[in-house]
Amino acid sequence: MSLSQAEVVLAGDSGDGAGGSLGRDAWRRLRRNPVAIAGAILVFLFVAVALLAPWLAPFPPDKPVGQVTPTSIPGPSAEHWFGLDDLGRDEFTRILWGARWSLVIGVVSLLLGMTGGLLLGLLAGAFGGVVDTVVMRFVDMVLAIPGLLFAIGVAAMLGSGLEAVMIAIAVVNVPIFARLLRGQMLAQRQSDYVLAATSVGVRRRRIVLGHILPNSLTPVIVQGTLTLATAIVDAAGLAFLGLSSNDPSIPEWGRMLADTQRYLSSAPLLAVFPGLAIIFAALGFTLLGESLREALDPKYRR
Amino acid sequence: MSLLKVEELSVVFRQRGREDVRAVDGVSFSVAPGETVGLVGESGCGKSVTSLAVMGLLPRRGVLVEGSIAFDGTELLTLPADKLRTLRGRDMAIVFQDPMSSLNPVVPIGVQVTEVLVRHRGLSSGEARAEAAELLRRVGIPDPARRLREYPHQLSGGMRQRALIAAALACSPRLLIADEPTTALDVTIQAQILELLKGLVADTGTALVLITHDLGVVAGMCDTVHVMYSGRIVERASRHELFASPRHPYTAGLLASVPRLDRPRGERLEPIQGSPRDTLPWSRGCAFAPRCRNRVDECARAAPELHGGSHSLRCFNPIEAKAVNR
Amino acid sequence: MSSEPLLSIRGLKVHFPVKKGVLLQRVVGQVRAVDGVDLDVGQGMTYGLVGESGCGKSTLGKAVLRLVEPTAGTVVFDGVDVGAQSPEQTRLLRRHMQMVFQDPFASLDPRQSVESVLTEPLRTHGFTGDGSKRVRELLDIVGLPAGAARRYPHEFSGGQRQRVGIARAIALNPRLIIADEPVSALDVSIQAQIVNLLEDLQEQLGLTYVVVAHDLAVVRHVSDVIGVMYLGALVEESPSDELYAEPLHPYTIALMSAIPIPDPEVEERRQRILLTGDLPSPVNIPPGCRFHTRCPFRQPTRCADEEPGLREARPGRKVACHWVEEIAAGRIRAAASAHDPTATEVGVPVT
Repeated sequence: MSLSQAEVVLAGDSGDGAGGSLGRDAWRRLRRNPVAIAGAILVFLFVAVALLAPWLAPFPPDKPVGQVTPTSIPGPSAEHWFGLDDLGRDEFTRILWGARWSLVIGVVSLLLGMTGGLLLGLLAGAFGGVVDTVVMRFVDMVLAIPGLLFAIGVAAMLGSGLEAVMIAIAVVNVPIFARLLRGQMLAQRQSDYVLAATSVGVRRRRIVLGHILPNSLTPVIVQGTLTLATAIVDAAGLAFLGLSSNDPSIPEWGRMLADTQRYLSSAPLLAVFPGLAIIFAALGFTLLGESLREALDPKYRR
Repeated sequence: MSLLKVEELSVVFRQRGREDVRAVDGVSFSVAPGETVGLVGESGCGKSVTSLAVMGLLPRRGVLVEGSIAFDGTELLTLPADKLRTLRGRDMAIVFQDPMSSLNPVVPIGVQVTEVLVRHRGLSSGEARAEAAELLRRVGIPDPARRLREYPHQLSGGMRQRALIAAALACSPRLLIADEPTTALDVTIQAQILELLKGLVADTGTALVLITHDLGVVAGMCDTVHVMYSGRIVERASRHELFASPRHPYTAGLLASVPRLDRPRGERLEPIQGSPRDTLPWSRGCAFAPRCRNRVDECARAAPELHGGSHSLRCFNPIEAKAVNR
Repeated sequence: MSSEPLLSIRGLKVHFPVKKGVLLQRVVGQVRAVDGVDLDVGQGMTYGLVGESGCGKSTLGKAVLRLVEPTAGTVVFDGVDVGAQSPEQTRLLRRHMQMVFQDPFASLDPRQSVESVLTEPLRTHGFTGDGSKRVRELLDIVGLPAGAARRYPHEFSGGQRQRVGIARAIALNPRLIIADEPVSALDVSIQAQIVNLLEDLQEQLGLTYVVVAHDLAVVRHVSDVIGVMYLGALVEESPSDELYAEPLHPYTIALMSAIPIPDPEVEERRQRILLTGDLPSPVNIPPGCRFHTRCPFRQPTRCADEEPGLREARPGRKVACHWVEEIAAGRIRAAASAHDPTATEVGVPVT
């Protein structure tokens, strides 16, 4: 009680005064948030590395560059910063290239999942009634299956391969986005400005697409950012379980993690590097997503 | 002898990345036993923050409270937290605007009232139940024994507010702060609640601080009225003085801007220009100056001090006093 | 009210089903939000609808614009039966009937600039002229600077937002405006600005208003005729000048006496008639007179079993009460119940 009242006073008297649309307003808050900046730096590094891997990497990712035996795998040195892997390839190079694969898997599966989810959600949210009931019961059914388990099932069904991983992760995310968008649209549909638009005679289609949908997308953006984090982790998980591509030349972090299990006693660092890479990439998107949520939250606005 | 004496109270909210907000800025007032004092003003004038400061309910982090709040001679601002907690609930209580969010939705009304009795008066739970039923009856809740078992959502808004008042009265507090107690209620229910509060003050000698934006409520309830604007008291007088001869342009403006049921229809309202957002910081002049009809050059140069005796005001160019036959 | 009324409502009912059950929903009752209302609003007049929360006044306002679908009854606007129109015809009809909403924070799309808010009705109805000129014109009429067009709702104060909402409502030159609690969300000092603006607009544009509000002082100030609603029905309709001077229906009497007046002298002289108990639920409207469960003038006969119709008790004044003449003449007095809201005694006939 006391807290919320104090907040009201603060929000009401905020001396900001600067103008601009909601987006600009959120951007201003985002820039001031150290958590957002930390997240943005991690995400920027991840994306930059992914894009520039061929130029940044000192060695080819798929060819041995040194001598290794199962019992002696050279650790970090001046020449090979992260050492060599079990097949004698430069670990640092493979970590850099791995970012590329993670980004591709994350973005593609996110786009697929989000598109499917948004279409379903839009259908349910715009029409309501029977359409809504049918779509949502379907969504509920899918959501009842634990995410990673479901993804494993789908990936196993499709056969191993990177495409299977991407589709599996996308399918898992479809119901999440559908439910999110539909809930938002239902809430927006009740709002006064929708009633106001109706009362000036705006057509239904334009109300849905011009008012309800844009105002429902904010949490979708946040969820999308957070989903990139889980998609990267899930992709690694599936690869670790052997459900990803069989091609050992593809430097995928989850697979690198799985492949080094056997050498955990002789070369423990080989597990640490891809693990850290996964953590930092996921952390970046999570931090950015959470601070986006804060920045876009109407409670903090005025 | 006053029961509550607030002197030069200031409350500053500090938040990272934002400018400090001085919500209350040097407010002084006192309340005697059996007296009803009104704090009146619009949203953001600092009236609610003042009441939270008195009750010690402001968050500790990010809030700077200065000045002095003395309750029966005890300074509250330096009082240890546990002592303050005892005082609060036993000797002073507060009733908020929204009875729904002030009651715990998953706990029956009875438990919420008896809790206070057990904690502050050391009653056994059986005694506390009987006492709670009696309290509910006193605030006009029919069938109190049954109501005690009910949850907040099963009660109407008026009944919830009564239940809150019952909880506040559990320890016969000497000071009751009512922060917009009827704003969320319909007028016929408001009349019931105000009547209840009036009866309380008359019967038990409880001191009442009534915080409201509604001048009509003040006119029927308060002995002394303090009008607040932008964190400071701008006018203070007995209610008869204040309504018969408002001297601060803000008070007069508020009175002229509400239509009155007992006056002939058709007179045009005289609004105050601008909005409460258009204030000047007190450090630069009078906060009300940008909206004031009586503005003179001085208003934008310096902040006026609160001056005058029983009818005091903070204004360089006040409205002429009218003769008040009281 | 001369000749044809601009708006004419007959037997209007809006009932909402109360559903229970998760999978197989069944209807367990009806919320009778509006339960049989007749009223006429003359061209250029202001009709004020007052009543407490849950009395159905807002729903009635929305039913006029068909923003909620009436269960029964007719709404005739300028000779056109609103309920008989196709959805497309209704949409086009709305250009003549507009609405001003209570909450100026909720009634504007946060992503729309003021310009877009104001041009939307124009585009929708195929306005082909100079849109930005019309926007400047509208802003000027409601007292906002031309620069406001490029700004977004969150940059404005409550009063300014309400001005934007009003500008949107008048953008299409409507004839009727339903104002649903147009000032209750605003600070006291701002309310008068909006009230004055609404009055000026009525004069300039020849508008007809239905003002829905709980604040009787505001409603009386702006209205020519006031209808008092209780639990979905009109209990009294009166020219607003006479309503405070002599309220006739027991509910109006209690409502009037409950409204605080900002004058200690008046407050001390007034006699307060406190109502007993709470508002019954609109799902279970009491039989007989819907007000009899709380009425301080209740009589042992008729009130509980016979529903009083709205009838002309005085010239121009309609009241739905069996005993209005006796109460007005002082032959029935209110039961004393000031300090005992549980009281069940009935009104006392003076012998």
